[in-house]
Amino acid sequence: MRTRWRLPLRVAVLGYLGLLVVLPVSTVFYRAFEHGLGAAWDALTAPDALDALWLTVLVAVIAVPLNTVFGIGVSLLLARHRFPGAWLLDALVDIPLAVSPVVIGLALILVYGKTGWFGNWLAARGITVIFSLPGIVMASAAVSLPYVVREVLPVLQEIGTEQEQAARTLGAGPLTVFRRITLPNIRRGLAYGVTLTTARVLGEFGAVAMVSGAIAGRTQTLTLFISASIDNLEPQSAYVGAVALCLAALIVLTVLTVTDRSRHSWRRGAIL
Amino acid sequence: MNPRNPFESTSAARPGRGHRGREVLVSALAVSGLALSSLMIGALPAGAASGGTVNLVAYSTPKPAYSVLAADFAKTKAGAGVTVSPSFGPSGTQATAVVDGLPADLVNFSLAPDMTKLVKAGLVSSSWDEGPTKGMVTDSIVSFVVRPGNPKHITTWADLVKPGVGVITPNVFSSGSAKWNLLAAYGSQIAQGKSPAQARAYLSELLHHAVAQPSSASAALQTFLSGQGDVLLDYESDALYAKSKGEPVSVVTPPQTILIQNPVAVTKTASPAAKAFLAYLLSPAGQTVWGEQGYRPVLASVAAKFAFPRPKTLFTISTLGGWTSVNTEFFDPQTGIVAQDEQSLGVSTAGS
Amino acid sequence: MADAGPTVADLVVPGDTRALRDRSPGRGRGRRYPPTVPSPGLATAGRLAGRVGGPALVVTYLSLLVLLPLAALLTKAFSNGWSGFWGAVTQPEAVAALELTLAAAAIVAVVNSVAGLAIAFVLVRDDFRGKALVSAVIDLPFALPTVVAGLTLLALYGPSSPFHVDLAGTRLGIGCALAFVTLPFCVRSVQPVLAELDRETEEAAASLGASPRQVLRRVLLPSVLPSVLAGAGLAFARAVGEFGSVVLISGNIPFKTEVASSWIFSLSQSDDLPAASAVSIVLVAISLLVLLGIGWARRRFDVPEAT
Repeated sequence: MRTRWRLPLRVAVLGYLGLLVVLPVSTVFYRAFEHGLGAAWDALTAPDALDALWLTVLVAVIAVPLNTVFGIGVSLLLARHRFPGAWLLDALVDIPLAVSPVVIGLALILVYGKTGWFGNWLAARGITVIFSLPGIVMASAAVSLPYVVREVLPVLQEIGTEQEQAARTLGAGPLTVFRRITLPNIRRGLAYGVTLTTARVLGEFGAVAMVSGAIAGRTQTLTLFISASIDNLEPQSAYVGAVALCLAALIVLTVLTVTDRSRHSWRRGAIL
Repeated sequence: MNPRNPFESTSAARPGRGHRGREVLVSALAVSGLALSSLMIGALPAGAASGGTVNLVAYSTPKPAYSVLAADFAKTKAGAGVTVSPSFGPSGTQATAVVDGLPADLVNFSLAPDMTKLVKAGLVSSSWDEGPTKGMVTDSIVSFVVRPGNPKHITTWADLVKPGVGVITPNVFSSGSAKWNLLAAYGSQIAQGKSPAQARAYLSELLHHAVAQPSSASAALQTFLSGQGDVLLDYESDALYAKSKGEPVSVVTPPQTILIQNPVAVTKTASPAAKAFLAYLLSPAGQTVWGEQGYRPVLASVAAKFAFPRPKTLFTISTLGGWTSVNTEFFDPQTGIVAQDEQSLGVSTAGS
Repeated sequence: MADAGPTVADLVVPGDTRALRDRSPGRGRGRRYPPTVPSPGLATAGRLAGRVGGPALVVTYLSLLVLLPLAALLTKAFSNGWSGFWGAVTQPEAVAALELTLAAAAIVAVVNSVAGLAIAFVLVRDDFRGKALVSAVIDLPFALPTVVAGLTLLALYGPSSPFHVDLAGTRLGIGCALAFVTLPFCVRSVQPVLAELDRETEEAAASLGASPRQVLRRVLLPSVLPSVLAGAGLAFARAVGEFGSVVLISGNIPFKTEVASSWIFSLSQSDDLPAASAVSIVLVAISLLVLLGIGWARRRFDVPEAT
């Protein structure tokens, strides 16, 4: 980047990020370890906290791959095919974003709860959705639905189809084309999408609060545990839990992007 | 793209040894991921114990109290081997959850209308309030929570509407605790001999002095602790708990206040263990624990052992007409007194 | 394949006269590449499954998670008839909350779009020590539970602020909380696109005498505008529904700082589900309209697709 712009822009950006993001997040870390590592470790390894941690990880392990597959599928559909109503599908995918998480939880209960649309059908088969794991997974998946699509679709549109067409003319089947051409090209966008999805699932509160029942040790996710800790005036547990969530998100981000070091970050003599 | 080999992907991944290695790694990760998940699903506590399970659904405040109560109950004969599986949350939300299917054997809410929801849904017997304690397990009162040392000398309801005093009370439409607060405020005026119209005017002024109306009682406490406002209206039990946790607060008992009565009941499908637990909660031993936790026991014999402050005038919800009429008259979101007050506030501050 | 895409002839490098089969790096190891399909029948079946099964699966997933619940919400909203719906939506407190929410979300979306573009620019085109850390930090507002975010913002910028600012109970405070939670969208929407951008056009423009500002305005911005708009749309939609992080610092005062999601929460706690659903539907509808509008604008500015 040209020298004249580089420094002021960097300073402005870092300042904005500092005030808005870095400072609050550091405060959380500080508060978590305020009373020493030992106290933090104790808070994290309390039985309720551990149960909440396991449940959260489990939910993420199920919901994130589901949304990843769905996201890639929808992106391919929208980017590579023309069909009537494509714009509608595009907008529908964004719906979870437009709805407050509490409302999403409410809506899920309206359909899958005991008095909901499918309530009797589910009860007759002995399936519990709301107030147990499937409900939590569904709520988490619902709120994080659009992110992979939103990251992958623009990239798919940006890179065009030449490589894929070339591969197809040379006889590659659709799966091969996907694996060898498409996937490596969308990797960066996909990595961001999966990170956003994971982070969102880990941090989800409102929708899960509605559908989980917060049964301590059984359906209490880490976010619910954190909220309960705050209510019970145990901020240490709350902040330690929050740190755990942030670290989990950071790990996911690192694993996904460390293999894809940016090659275009900057060049000498660049115009901008 | 390498024109020599159009199949060479842009990330320099190549078919061959390296690629195979990556495939193996991915499959291994997937398999171990699946294995780990199934382990974790299996590891989730199943909740079945030799002495039975009690699915407890309660409002959020008594969580610390129930830890002690459950532990003490387990030491008794009736409670040997019993597991208490608790769920805590805002009273109204919890009640709705039970109606929606949240497993519940024993329910404890912060106000009676939430119990009525369950009765209407056929989950709790309509005779829940016919016992010796009228269905209540604990009492409390509405108190003032102020800064340590009470720098603004807030001791009466009239002090709350003095100029420069900021009040924090939760939003009545989202918090059950807030209803108790405003009813205490209204009732305090009636108890001092004012007319209903004057009492309504006081309510309006009080809302005017609200610098924040957080969505729940605990959010209100957090808001107060963050430095906002001069006085917080809250349950006495909440305030005492905050104090016991070392938070910088002082608790002031208003001269007139309302008696908060918290209902408890077993559901129609309750396990015998749940009924035993309820009996324990209402027994002298259990009531003593409640008292130690800052709740006013409902058993007179136990209450006498604790030195809870006695307000000059203590009235109950029945003094004000009972929950059904009060809910409609005061708290209907469209036509209630509070809604109208908020609206007039909004109209007067519109454009700011 | 309608257009004349590259043909096999284009791919043959002059001088390279090996048969296609022999050009693959797998040659000599006994592996044929690309792998052939065992039978034509399976291939057709596979393709058919992909053609029909894929979209069907996608639509089913979407329905179960989003469409059906939304339909249930819509039904609930109108369960008291049109008058019930309209009454809930035109209630003064609802109107005030909606106005505040939409205005705040719009402003924050604009501000964060600009900030997001700048941040993405610095992340992609600049290099300095600790850049990776900066990049990692950006996604954290997402992972942080909203209640913790709310508490922390209150602690930092509320009455006990170490900076002696007090944004509690103000609309600026609401804006701060919304900016905090929507930042990741605005950055991550632009970043991958910016990274994939082909430098050649910019270099060509520069070599033809364009100043950096002209290159920015004429070449760079139009290319990233669709993704910036996408990020703005995401930010707006998220801001409109945000509850946990805003509600603490806002003070939640009806008609002044009460946001729509808080009012909806109050309605649902008062057991007025039809009204809660009604106001929610209005919010969803407005957000959808905004997203649709942005989608339309994106398509207008978009580089023509190569399909």
